[in-house]
Amino acid sequence: MKMHRSEIIWLTISFGMLLGFMLITGYQTFALGMGPPSNQETIDPQKVDQTAPFDNPGLKKVGEKEYEAVMTMQIFSFNPNEIEIPAGSTVHFTLTSKDVVHGFQVVGTNINAMVPPGYIQKISQKFDKPGEYLVLCNEYCGAGHQAMTMKIIVK
Amino acid sequence: MGAKAEVVQPIPFKKNENKALGISLQDAMISRVYMIVAFTALLLGGFLGLFQGLNRAGLLELPHWLNYYQILTAHGVLLVVVLTAFFTIGYFYAALSYNLGGLLPQVRKMAWIGFAMKIIGFVFAVIPILMNEASVLYTFYPPMAASPYFYIGLTLIVLGVWMCAFGAFMNVAHWRKQNKGQNLPILSYFATAVFVLLFFGSIPVAIEVLTLIPWSFGWTETVNVMLSRTLFWAFGHTLVNIWYLTAVSAWYVIVPKIIGGRRFSDTITRVVVILLVVMNIPGGFHHQIIDPGISQPVKYLHVFMSLAIAFPSLMTAYAMFSVFERTARKKGGTGLLGWYKKLPWGDVRFLAPMIAMIAFIPGGAGGIAQTTNQLNQVAHNTLWIVGHFHLTVGTSVVLTFFGISYWLVPYISGRTLTPKINKLGVIQTLIWTAGMLFMSGAMHWVGLLGAPRRTSYTTYFDNATALSWNPYLMFLAVGGTLLIIGVVMQVYAVFYLMFRAPKGKTEFPIAEAEDKEMKTPYWTERWGTWIVVMLLLIAMGYVIPLVDFIGNAPPGSPPFKTW
Ligand code: HEM
Ligand SMILES: [Cu+2]
Ligand SMILES: [Cu+2]
Repeated sequence: MKMHRSEIIWLTISFGMLLGFMLITGYQTFALGMGPPSNQETIDPQKVDQTAPFDNPGLKKVGEKEYEAVMTMQIFSFNPNEIEIPAGSTVHFTLTSKDVVHGFQVVGTNINAMVPPGYIQKISQKFDKPGEYLVLCNEYCGAGHQAMTMKIIVK
Repeated sequence: MGAKAEVVQPIPFKKNENKALGISLQDAMISRVYMIVAFTALLLGGFLGLFQGLNRAGLLELPHWLNYYQILTAHGVLLVVVLTAFFTIGYFYAALSYNLGGLLPQVRKMAWIGFAMKIIGFVFAVIPILMNEASVLYTFYPPMAASPYFYIGLTLIVLGVWMCAFGAFMNVAHWRKQNKGQNLPILSYFATAVFVLLFFGSIPVAIEVLTLIPWSFGWTETVNVMLSRTLFWAFGHTLVNIWYLTAVSAWYVIVPKIIGGRRFSDTITRVVVILLVVMNIPGGFHHQIIDPGISQPVKYLHVFMSLAIAFPSLMTAYAMFSVFERTARKKGGTGLLGWYKKLPWGDVRFLAPMIAMIAFIPGGAGGIAQTTNQLNQVAHNTLWIVGHFHLTVGTSVVLTFFGISYWLVPYISGRTLTPKINKLGVIQTLIWTAGMLFMSGAMHWVGLLGAPRRTSYTTYFDNATALSWNPYLMFLAVGGTLLIIGVVMQVYAVFYLMFRAPKGKTEFPIAEAEDKEMKTPYWTERWGTWIVVMLLLIAMGYVIPLVDFIGNAPPGSPPFKTW
């Protein structure tokens, strides 16, 4: 197996590039805390309504310009289906599903998380720009999937 | 000189031609029937794709008895399972027959039994889809529950594929016994790799489906959602990579012959195949980057596992350029880009796979980008992903398959490619390319803006952001319309070449290796070793998440029918 010099150079560059991707991803994940949503808590998917904090979904103030949004997802709606916050607030979303797999995506931000039944998913985001944000379910969940939406209003 | 001149010269067909050169009628029949099914699936699936594209652009309202998700389920199953599986098996069985001195009688029998199982399985799966009892898409994530017959159909399809895999292994083993110490001919080597992956890659989904059948019948109450999802992707990702490996076999082995050159180093080719086999299955995890229940360090390990698979593809990129360069220089091409003029662009058997390879440059780059964690969060489940796999599977793989069909179908039918059909093929290739540029381009773009995949036409109650996606979706529809023209032309070409083209002899175009004087080391043949390495890598990727999903599982989920 004889390799040409140009091939060795090409493969070294390729390897370096892939390594670069690895390092950047690692740095962002572990140093900057930008890792993908990966919460590990579980819940009985048939008892969501009786289990705290989902027995009382809604927006809660937890600090200066800091909120927790406890939300359930079910066919084909979000509960609550509208939240309002002042610009510059950070929101910690705590999500679970009462039936099938749903997806939580806030258009115009990097919020994107899978919400399968049985798990409590968490993701946080700071909303600087005022406006109305479109939230949608991005995992096919049934006949009304295309209508599963809510709003986040940033004032 | 030009390979083109060779295609268009039909060599008169003699009935008593030496059979060693041609394919036996019985072997040919297997590949022919597999091709008929594959291209029929393309025709049906293509029209469903068109309906989806038109619907998403708001141009087509679907009747209430046929909803978007029903169509999408069928489109996915027809194109990414039926078309690809039947083409791959038909192609590699022809290659095995050609390479290994014909198929063994019992192997032929297995191919037919496998065929019957797949068709029966397909009927079982399709009836519930048509009845709207299985609108769960081709990923069928529980706890959405389809009719049990849908899952039974899938099981039969998997068993049918295994039948064909075992048949291939038997034929290869037989050849090796008779040719001790020799390396397997290269295309059969690719075939072995593909069938090894098909077998091991479909074990996870077989396990998943076996838990879903009793659950959908109501015999068990709940199912482990995340375990099912993980088992599915260990299979689903491997599957598309198998189709890719099939296309790669033609890039390495067939294309160099068609341009009148030699293929790249035999040893390095086999190393690429081995790498693609051993590293493949763990890659499936990149479909679950934003799932809960898996820790960030484990996800990070999987970034490595997914990126690793890009390496052999980068080796392939080098190999292809090297082959083009050398062949063109031999023909008198000079200068840095002189090779470009010496390639037979007017020969569809070259043009189609060539564009397929070019499409893999942005396709592969997009794949590398979206497998890294944070970028995945931007793209996941948006139309970007749909753009990505129409570029990789829908273009790189499928255009290569189309290119193969222009010599394989005449070869197995005792006919020849005519200049007219060659020209039709060239135009078809260009239409397909333009259609995919529009459709996949629009999908990538509007996906970045946030438009979700797997979602029928919607404005989210006249939301301004959602309304701003409409112009892009219009481009998607334009692309889809071009593509359906391409589908019809391609299917016509296949049936013409099978039943109407002038009789004659077509060559099975296998190039000689540039280093054929050197003996390829025999360790490349140690499949037992490679399978052990593969299993170790699978264990590295999957033991922790699976133990976690089983050991720390939440209470399971009952079945839901939400459509
Ligand atoms: C006439 C050509 C084609 C057209 C117009 C077309 C169009 C589409 C559209 C509009 C979608 C759905 C987007 C969504 O709502 O998520 C889609 C999905 C899909 N297409 Fe195609 N497509 C074509 C050919 C192909 C080919 C050749 C393949 C593969 C070999 C393919 C594989 C798929 C798959 C796997 C999906 C995803 C299904 C799912 O999300 O469950 N398509 N296609
Ligand atoms: Cu949904
Ligand atoms: Cu994948």
